[in-house]
Amino acid sequence: MELNRQFSFDSFLVGPNNRLAVTAARTVAEAPGSAYNPLFIYSATGLGKTHLLMAVGLLAKDLNPDLNVEYLTLEEFVEAFHAAVAAGQSEAFRKRFSEAGLLLIDDVQFLTHRREMQSELLRLIKELQASNRQIVLASDRPPAEIQNLDERLIAGFAGGLIVDIGKPEFETRLAILRRRAQERCVSFEPGVLEALAEAEVANVRELIGLLNRLIALQAVSDSPLGTEDVRELLGDRVRAAEPAAAVRDEFSQFVSHISAAVSQTVEAWRKRLGEAILRWEAEGYKTARLEALLAEEAPLGADQAIERFERDVARLKEIESEVTALDRLAAGNAVFRDPDRLEEAEELLKKIREGLVPLPQPAPLWTFAEYLAGECNKVALGAARAVCEAPGERYNPLVLVGPAGVGKTHLMHAIGNALLTLPGCEIGCLSAQEFVDDLVEATEQNRVEAWRMRFRRVRALLMDDVHLLAGKDRSQEELFHLFNLLAGSGAQLVFTINRPPAEVPGLDDRLVSRLEGGLVASLGAPDRELKAALARRHLKGPGSKIDDDLVDYLASRPADSVRAVLGMIQRVNSAAEARGVEPTAALAREVLEGEIARMRATRPVPASGILASPTSAVRSREKFVWYWPDVAGRAIEESF
Amino acid sequence: MSLVNFTTREITCKIVYYGPGRSGKTTNLQYIYERVPEDRKGRMVSLATQTDRTLFFDFLPLELGSISGFKTRFQLYTVPGQVYYNATRKLVLQGADGVVFVADSQARQLDENIESMRNLHANLLEQGVDVRTLPIVLQYNKQDLPRELILAPSELDEALNFREWPSFSAEALSGKGVFETLKAISELVLKKLSGEGSR
Repeated sequence: MELNRQFSFDSFLVGPNNRLAVTAARTVAEAPGSAYNPLFIYSATGLGKTHLLMAVGLLAKDLNPDLNVEYLTLEEFVEAFHAAVAAGQSEAFRKRFSEAGLLLIDDVQFLTHRREMQSELLRLIKELQASNRQIVLASDRPPAEIQNLDERLIAGFAGGLIVDIGKPEFETRLAILRRRAQERCVSFEPGVLEALAEAEVANVRELIGLLNRLIALQAVSDSPLGTEDVRELLGDRVRAAEPAAAVRDEFSQFVSHISAAVSQTVEAWRKRLGEAILRWEAEGYKTARLEALLAEEAPLGADQAIERFERDVARLKEIESEVTALDRLAAGNAVFRDPDRLEEAEELLKKIREGLVPLPQPAPLWTFAEYLAGECNKVALGAARAVCEAPGERYNPLVLVGPAGVGKTHLMHAIGNALLTLPGCEIGCLSAQEFVDDLVEATEQNRVEAWRMRFRRVRALLMDDVHLLAGKDRSQEELFHLFNLLAGSGAQLVFTINRPPAEVPGLDDRLVSRLEGGLVASLGAPDRELKAALARRHLKGPGSKIDDDLVDYLASRPADSVRAVLGMIQRVNSAAEARGVEPTAALAREVLEGEIARMRATRPVPASGILASPTSAVRSREKFVWYWPDVAGRAIEESF
Repeated sequence: MSLVNFTTREITCKIVYYGPGRSGKTTNLQYIYERVPEDRKGRMVSLATQTDRTLFFDFLPLELGSISGFKTRFQLYTVPGQVYYNATRKLVLQGADGVVFVADSQARQLDENIESMRNLHANLLEQGVDVRTLPIVLQYNKQDLPRELILAPSELDEALNFREWPSFSAEALSGKGVFETLKAISELVLKKLSGEGSR
């Protein structure tokens, strides 16, 4: 059926009786499929359902000329369906309606007892909803009062918005009469239309009928009609017509005149409320709170409600922007669009902030400046510097492999400290054991999500001793997801591990493959050069003068870790201090070898004759000569 | 003065009939009072002297019933017109939402009209009310008197209405123009109210 251009929103008079319906209809017309779907309008006959339905179609079409708008009554819908079935074209029928961008169906009350049409309509509504197409229905009674209506349909209607149009009250009736009279270019004596508006009518159509009779009467009478003529015309329709009407007349007129002004005054809030609803809905916010107010008879702080609503929306915006900055994954959460869920939003922000307990940071003492280079750590150190120059770009992840005490942790912290100097680079630097402990604690306190948030926002994650995760499936899984997320967002990852990942039993294959996907750099036992450098740095000599023989001696001592070298130096330093002399090679020999001699005296000598170094319980490296710059002085027998 | 009380859902408007003595202010109120239906009639309070002049003021409460959910009440006051009652006039004028200035159209009363108008301005000024924003209408009463005795509305406009307020001819005794004046001032007051309502 064609839409009648006369039935537009402009020609629809809005009063308290129909304001909600009009607001809802307008919203639907402006953004079909996005607000109330389906929209169900009901009212007694002659109060403007069809007008409103057509107005929706017209406005939607005006705003979007390409929109496919279908308007029809239920009878037409049924006929079309029957015709389609008869012609074997039921698919074409379904296609026609399911492709409508806006489907307007009038007189839905005729669904009574039509089971097959009900299921057809139910199917259609679901299909339209699924594809975000709008459906608007009108009926002369609410869905629940339509006899034998499928429960699922009732539920379907209730899922959208059901609004009613009430009978127009005096002011609206008067406004309708004035507008109609104006349209017909007829003018009446003052008070005539007011008197007519007082008539007891069931609907607007009847009111217009009375006006038409009045216009006809005036056309044939010699003098303009007065209020008495109206009363005659209305007969017993006039409300509370009293004998003293003439006396009261002036006062009643005054009251009705004032009524219009008063309602305009106090109804101004409705207008503001309606505007606020339209505005915020357009921005995607839920306005249920304001809509509930709109349905109320008189405002109780409507302006305050709007203010509060706007304040809440502003707060939601703040929360959303903070949350988004903290956790990209939480952006777009539905709670940020519903001021009624402000508390939830605050809660979410709080949780995310809780997750913001700063992650452990690298120890400030462990820097590159403190890190001594040697042949044994050259590759790893080079990679570490490269990582600091371009975090996340070159070696990602960087896995530092080596036994205990070779300087992995120091190097990792040095990377961390260097990254900290980059602007805006948040990092987390912790041991795998801390990672596991934290996770256990978070699980206990039921805040794993917040715990995850803490890690998700870093730009660099440095984790020590990953081999400690072996056999801890849950921690590995968390690390696996975190790894993917961080690597995907270009964050730098650095790990240390005591042996090549693939050789760690109990480490998940997917984690192993990821660790090996970057650069695995080994750190070996300290070489002579490194040991000499350590000795020079840590020996306590007079001023800067260090005994070269002592350095040489210490550098030639076997040690399988930096820690062991530092231990030797420490002992020499302590001995020198205790005796009040300078540390010398002779003293060192006495201290270190004497110790071994004492050990020999107290322990049975191993049958192989191989002596373990004091720091290595298992193997002796003294069988091997790795580095031999001065052949004469360096023989393995020297410790005997 | 709070006009619209959203909490108690009440609207109260105070309208003061101002003007020189014997210009017909009380007659205006009496006419209105007679037209109020019995069930809505409040008590008109009139404090008059022995010679029937208003001594303090007349007070007519008008209950208009519930409009859009608001209990609407108009309070109509008159002031004593005689020059020497200025203290009472100030008192009555306090908190007025609108003023009807009732002028005596008789040519020989022109000076009294002008004097009363000046007095209105002075009293409003004293109370810190901006006369440009306060709703005011003029009523030229006694237009039923013989032509030669009275001034035409246009002449009175020229003498009194330099602010171009709405003005109405009236014959308060017969009621002509009484309700028109009341409607006009009510409308202005409510309009101002809705302007304030929307901040």
